[in-house]
Amino acid sequence: MEQTNLMVINGNELPIEPGETILDVARRGHIDIPTLCHLKGTTPTGACRICVVEVKGARTLLPACSTPASPNMVVRTESPDVVSSRKELLRLMLSSGNHNCAVRGRDDSDWTQFQLGVEKDDGSDALCPVWGDCRLQDLAYRYQVTGEGFQGTPARYPMETVNPFIVRDFSRCILCGRCIQACNEVQVNNAISFGYRGADTKIIAAGDRPLKDSDCVFCGECVQVCPVGALVEKDVRYDVRPWETQQVRTTCSYCGVGCQMHLHVRDNRVVKVSGVEDEVPNNGSLCVKGRFGFDFIASDQRLTDPLIKENGEFRKATWEEAIQLVAGTLKDIRDTHGGDSIGVFTSARVTNEENYIAHKFTRAVLKTNNIDHCARL
Amino acid sequence: MTNTIADIEEADVILITGSNTSENHPVLSSFVKRAVTRRGATLIVVDPRRIKMTEFSEHWLRPNLGTDVAWINGMMHVIIKEDLHDKTFVEARTENFEAMRAVADKYTPEHVESITGIPAQQLIDAARLYAKAPAGSILYCMGITQHTSGTDNVKSLANLAMLCGNMGIRGGGVNPLRGQNNVQGACDMGGLPNVLTGYQPVDNLDAIKKMERAWNVTGLPTKPGLKVTEMVPKAHSGEIKALYIIGENPLVSDPDLNHAEKCFSDLDFLVVQDIFLTETARMADVVLPSKCFAEKDGTFSNTERRVQRVRKAVDPPGVARDDWKITCDIATRMGYAMSYKDSETIFNELASVTPSYFGISYPRIEHEGLHWPCPTPEHPGTPILHGAQFTRGKGMFHAIDWIAPAEAADDDYPMYLTTGRVLYHYHTGTMTMKTEGLNERAPESFVEITRGDAQGMGIQDGDRVTIASRRGEIQARVRISRKAVDGTVFIPFHFAQGAANKLTNAALDPVSGIPEFKVCAVRVSKGA
Repeated sequence: MEQTNLMVINGNELPIEPGETILDVARRGHIDIPTLCHLKGTTPTGACRICVVEVKGARTLLPACSTPASPNMVVRTESPDVVSSRKELLRLMLSSGNHNCAVRGRDDSDWTQFQLGVEKDDGSDALCPVWGDCRLQDLAYRYQVTGEGFQGTPARYPMETVNPFIVRDFSRCILCGRCIQACNEVQVNNAISFGYRGADTKIIAAGDRPLKDSDCVFCGECVQVCPVGALVEKDVRYDVRPWETQQVRTTCSYCGVGCQMHLHVRDNRVVKVSGVEDEVPNNGSLCVKGRFGFDFIASDQRLTDPLIKENGEFRKATWEEAIQLVAGTLKDIRDTHGGDSIGVFTSARVTNEENYIAHKFTRAVLKTNNIDHCARL
Repeated sequence: MTNTIADIEEADVILITGSNTSENHPVLSSFVKRAVTRRGATLIVVDPRRIKMTEFSEHWLRPNLGTDVAWINGMMHVIIKEDLHDKTFVEARTENFEAMRAVADKYTPEHVESITGIPAQQLIDAARLYAKAPAGSILYCMGITQHTSGTDNVKSLANLAMLCGNMGIRGGGVNPLRGQNNVQGACDMGGLPNVLTGYQPVDNLDAIKKMERAWNVTGLPTKPGLKVTEMVPKAHSGEIKALYIIGENPLVSDPDLNHAEKCFSDLDFLVVQDIFLTETARMADVVLPSKCFAEKDGTFSNTERRVQRVRKAVDPPGVARDDWKITCDIATRMGYAMSYKDSETIFNELASVTPSYFGISYPRIEHEGLHWPCPTPEHPGTPILHGAQFTRGKGMFHAIDWIAPAEAADDDYPMYLTTGRVLYHYHTGTMTMKTEGLNERAPESFVEITRGDAQGMGIQDGDRVTIASRRGEIQARVRISRKAVDGTVFIPFHFAQGAANKLTNAALDPVSGIPEFKVCAVRVSKGA
């Protein structure tokens, strides 16, 4: 019986679970098959063909992401034919867009001419905004290919920058469709789709209008899943490079869902937020507030010092002064009027530890149960 | 939530009521939308507004404001009459069924239609659908709770879930969606006037004794304290002399703000601890600067009772401190030494006195949070509550009659107002309004109204109008919207300019003390 539930990938016998694709079986067996368009949890589209593998007995190479695994299948993931096919695909992708990373080519005159064209489109002389954080660039290195030798195709559609959060750079889009899967099958906002046909194909929103005039709710799921530099956070674009930041995992401070997020920190400042992939409860998803609403952290309106009101005006005070005044006054009121004349509003915004401390202080020190928070408001 | 967020995708039927899920819990709403579009679940939405979720629903019931008990009783009436209820569950797991049934008997679909405006057939169809589902999940939010009948509304939903055996199973449950990151944790940690941590009642002498030993004190108070909504009026009457407010902005979030402001000005002493100089902080005698979530270590408990880590990423501005550190310093100065090395030390102490958190520790939640109750260090946590039995043993049916909201429209105030949030802002906006892009998307207060009502008053989309209630008046821009229902306007409460809460009614639910934010009578007039 067991025999019928096995397949062979690169000489390794691997068990098959019902409903799995070749890619699923390979990933479970720690065999790396490169992908670009594949998005976990969504319907495979097989659009990019990067994951093609050689299946014994099949007439053509098959996409691992959408081919069901079947018993006794024999698969090779890096055969000469597979590698040659991937290289060709990568060359075509690199040549048909503003992929101005160093992998583009080594020929000086070709590069210069190409870069000048990209600079004109970008309005910037910097390299690609996702240099160092790009799946296409990774694969170009892995398979040692460049876009050299192909005539670069000019950008067909201008960049969209008219919303506050996301830059849509069609010149770097490889039409893998991951953003569409993320929007329609993960967040189910149904804001974007493929538009036009053939070489004119474009990711469009609301009949090819800007995102701000569509059903887009700026959750940024599309940005997080974009494997290249086509969708980038506006604030971050060119300004923040991935190697300049450290990521700290924490829990979102907005609603009660408790999304797990990475705060990307540079020079003691949060510069970007992303969802933590494959972790509960949000599996990498965030909403517009969680992903883009972090400016308050470094706002110049933050309180920096204790303030004491004198004659109707606040003045800055030291902690020593402020704590003395608060402790002294609360003690007087408690001792004169009793603990029940004091109330504490603790907070649904602060940590469990801080709520515990507030609750202990109220009950053990003020000697009252007058403690509540805004659960009702 | 009795069940988990991921569990929503296991439901066959999902009933959402009083939750504008896609705007207020966007990521959670995607679980519902996926259940519908990818797993074939059926969605019932019961909400006066044509919220986004209605686009995914099979049935959208549109009740008049404040008539929730009536339609829930009506659904139960249909289910019992058609013998669709889960008799095994009712028999084995519940009590007081007959009393509930006696009340539900009166709520015929026709009677319910006369109260709620929901066509009888729609109610029958929705009731059948929910009752026949192998697993039915109920999601609700403030649209259910923020009523003078809020407690009744919640109990009624629990009745409905028990009646159909939808408790303690995957894909089922009664699931309140918590609106703030740690509102669950604030409740769990004894931030309530009647309970210590883990909902141990303050009049439970064993729990009090345990706390006294742990804290090395005597004479902990055993009389339940005052709720937020009681403390503020008692500031006016002088019974409350001082308030110590941590990270809250009641002067935007409280009902009947004009009155609340008077109450605050009557205090002898107001201390506000916050990250910004909020409307409330401006009234304080002393303001204490605290760290925000990105600057501190600790834990939050989410809406599914999962305790998760918060980690420091950046340094705080100026000399801002951890909220716990500030409170400890005040306590110490008052003569009771409170001093901790770090947040983990505090967590270990709170877990030791809180049975539902006893088995949780920082190492255990380093990668993935745990659901309380988690009574021992080996316990895997409890994703689904009420599996074998309810906390009190048997599930109690409550016999509940519908009562009308506290305020009714009349000739002077002929329309109804309901309040809520929008996608791009959060609560009183102190955080979200620091992001330009969010302000660009949602720049100011507005009043959402139907085209018909607007035409009747001769007002256009974008006009500025005055909205008045018996308690105050504000100006806001008109937004004609398909979301609105005739006779009712909606205003978001985020904005201090055009604050919806200058209009809202401070009438309280007698049990929970929640204000009736969701219903009051107003008058809309041209010009500002």
